[in-house]
Amino acid sequence: MKRGPKSPMLRFLLRRGLSLAATLFLVITLAFLLIRLAPGGPFASEKQLPPEILASIQRRYHLDESVPRQYLRFLGDLAHGDLGPSYRYQDFSVDELIRDALPPSMTIGALALLLALVGGVSLGTLAALRQNSWLDYTAMALAVVGISVPLFVLGPLFKLGFALRHPWLPTSGWIDDRRGWLTLILPVATLTLPYLAGIARLTRASVLEVLRSDYVRAARAKGLSEPVVVLRHVLRGALLPVLSYLGPACAGILTGTVVVETIFAVPGLGRLSVQAAINRDYTLIMGDVIVFAVLLVLMNFLVDLGYGFLDPRIGHGADAP
Amino acid sequence: MTAGRGARWVLLALLAARALCAQDFVFNNGPEPQSLDPARTSGVPETRISDALFEGLVVNDARTGAPVPGLAERWTISPDLKTYTFTLRATTWSDGTPLTAQDVVDAWLRVLEPRTGAPYAYLLGDSIQGASAFSHGRGPAADVAIRALDPRTFRVTFVGPLPYALAMLTHNAFMVTPSFAVRRYGPGWTRPGHFVGNGPYVLKAWKPQNKVVVVKNPRYWDARDIHLASITFLAIEDQNVAYDKYLAHEIDYATEDAIPTARIDEIRLRPDYHHVPGSTVYYFLFNVTRKPFDDVRVRKALAMAIDRQELVDGVLKAGEVATAGFVPTMGGFHTTRGNAFDLDQARRLLAQAGYPGGRGFPPCTVVYNTSARHRTICEWLQQTWRRGLGIDVQLQNLEWNTFLDTKQKTHAFQLARASWLADYPDPSNYLDLFRTGAGNNDGRYSNPAFDRLMARAETLAPGPVRDRTLEQAETLLVDQDQALIPLFFYVNKFLLDDRRWGGIYANTIDIHHPRWWFAR
Repeated sequence: MKRGPKSPMLRFLLRRGLSLAATLFLVITLAFLLIRLAPGGPFASEKQLPPEILASIQRRYHLDESVPRQYLRFLGDLAHGDLGPSYRYQDFSVDELIRDALPPSMTIGALALLLALVGGVSLGTLAALRQNSWLDYTAMALAVVGISVPLFVLGPLFKLGFALRHPWLPTSGWIDDRRGWLTLILPVATLTLPYLAGIARLTRASVLEVLRSDYVRAARAKGLSEPVVVLRHVLRGALLPVLSYLGPACAGILTGTVVVETIFAVPGLGRLSVQAAINRDYTLIMGDVIVFAVLLVLMNFLVDLGYGFLDPRIGHGADAP
Repeated sequence: MTAGRGARWVLLALLAARALCAQDFVFNNGPEPQSLDPARTSGVPETRISDALFEGLVVNDARTGAPVPGLAERWTISPDLKTYTFTLRATTWSDGTPLTAQDVVDAWLRVLEPRTGAPYAYLLGDSIQGASAFSHGRGPAADVAIRALDPRTFRVTFVGPLPYALAMLTHNAFMVTPSFAVRRYGPGWTRPGHFVGNGPYVLKAWKPQNKVVVVKNPRYWDARDIHLASITFLAIEDQNVAYDKYLAHEIDYATEDAIPTARIDEIRLRPDYHHVPGSTVYYFLFNVTRKPFDDVRVRKALAMAIDRQELVDGVLKAGEVATAGFVPTMGGFHTTRGNAFDLDQARRLLAQAGYPGGRGFPPCTVVYNTSARHRTICEWLQQTWRRGLGIDVQLQNLEWNTFLDTKQKTHAFQLARASWLADYPDPSNYLDLFRTGAGNNDGRYSNPAFDRLMARAETLAPGPVRDRTLEQAETLLVDQDQALIPLFFYVNKFLLDDRRWGGIYANTIDIHHPRWWFAR
């Protein structure tokens, strides 16, 4: 007799939990080894440190030990939730730096994702319902631009148009600046546009397909009003491809924050990670890698959960008929 | 109250508010500071902040950069230039604790202590009697020749005559830090709330990657002459982002970190552009142990094929000063003429070395750290040598840390980009780089005659004899041995609207102490 959780949902959660732990362990181990393979080190500088000073610093951070010992020490500290001190930013621990950097990145990322989703689905649906109208053409032309222009071009263009030529918005900074919440607009807009465009195109295509399906014709034949048909029947079927797109989109937005945060001087995790890599700040790189990995795995997990809600035929248990 | 009087009050209030707002000074400070503890930092962004938060015995004058009284109100120097006695001002730390000469002793000892890991401990170790032994763990703290003679008198004795001691004492490593706060709070003593300092400003907020905010220190000995209510140091590493912020009036002052080389044509025409030649030298370093640069004729040929004036006038354009010598002129010391541009002689030397017209020249790579400016200079050099000498060098850009590893550790390069900014204004600080076995001797240059001259200069009192000795050493290094190709001295540059702000002047050492800044 099989033992274990009875509910398929519980079993699904357990299985995903285990695979999450395994993925994280693999990512941590690989990252730990890879960063030590990169030339240079955290305390390299143009004016070299005298050997005895360097030795004293390395002793302080246990960098004089063998790599396997450093690895075990790191895992031990990690088990206690301690990511250690930053090598570069000596007055802060990695925990503190990430705690400060996470909210700006999450704010920008979540807003961009939300706007891309709401805006993209609305625009795509409207374009499909008014196929071959001026609305359709305009929306799709915009979408092509959004998809093909990279963030590092889009960001400076927005800045030039809305902050430099016309001083409506601040060029960069964060919400604790003189200009407050206005600083959010340009980075969020930059990060939103490509994903909004992608979602709009996907939604349009899949809404068009669903509109021609039998069950929609049946719903209309029953005499249901058009908004009910679209919202309850068409969208529910049409959103599955969009949902599959959300996983990669989340990954894209996470990496996109790196570019956007640099262009708009946002004190977020993306910029912190870039600086950590440039400075060979080993502990900080590890912290960033762990946070990014957890975020990605979680997002994919949420997307999987979403499938079940949109389409009950997709179960979470292996034994589902 | 009549309507007219009401309006007048409103106007007055507005003017007062504007005056208050105007005293809030915001600027880009480059990358996020590594630490706010002056004992543990060495970079320019960190120094700007510690100049606001702490004060050493002497500070740099705003216009000339020369040392002027700081925490010390006056001093006497012994005739042999070895012993300096300082009289401190009667003042307190920002928390009200009296500041005494013993605080200076404790702060300097903390820099020397090996476990502090101070990158500039050697600056004290090499110059103060007994300091080197203590910093290597071989001698007691009591043997370090720094003494608090009474609460307001501090005395330091150097290993030899030190004519540039006062200039050296303006360095971060000699700042006075509160040992009592370090003991109480550990590494977190630099955080807002725990912070204690003795500078014109005190720490109010520190948000990593975002900003450091300092406010006026009411307990500063000269608080009446501090005219800004607060200074915000923004952490922005990207030059274009920072320059855009200046254009949009979001920052009041644009340091060098906000002046993108690619936009210098537009920037140098601005009325608020300030610049003056500096003392940082830009050069290319030969690895003299690698072919073909183990042959001095090849090194000279490459150096003499370069028209540096064309480089600074036609390519760099920000006001840099071309130089074939390595050490800038300072005091009685004069830069060597070096091997100036002479294409015919360069071609002859190359032919003598066995590569007439560049034929048979072995493959050669120039390494530089990734940056648009370095790439431009390297490409110009590549073209210059191809046109003038018929040789083809490869360019290789390396990410910063990889570049340092290549240059300093593996020495796996033939020709590498380099620059040097002196820690204190003395020619020896430049020339020491090339002594046999020196820590920063990345090109592995070694010439016993050069080493002998440098050792001799150490024993000499300042004056013409010492200057001539150092000049001979530079001539040997550059004119005779061509261990490097000096190209130009950097230009110190920034953007500031003089009609609104004052106290920041272009100077040779490029240090602008926040104590002098004011709003007009």
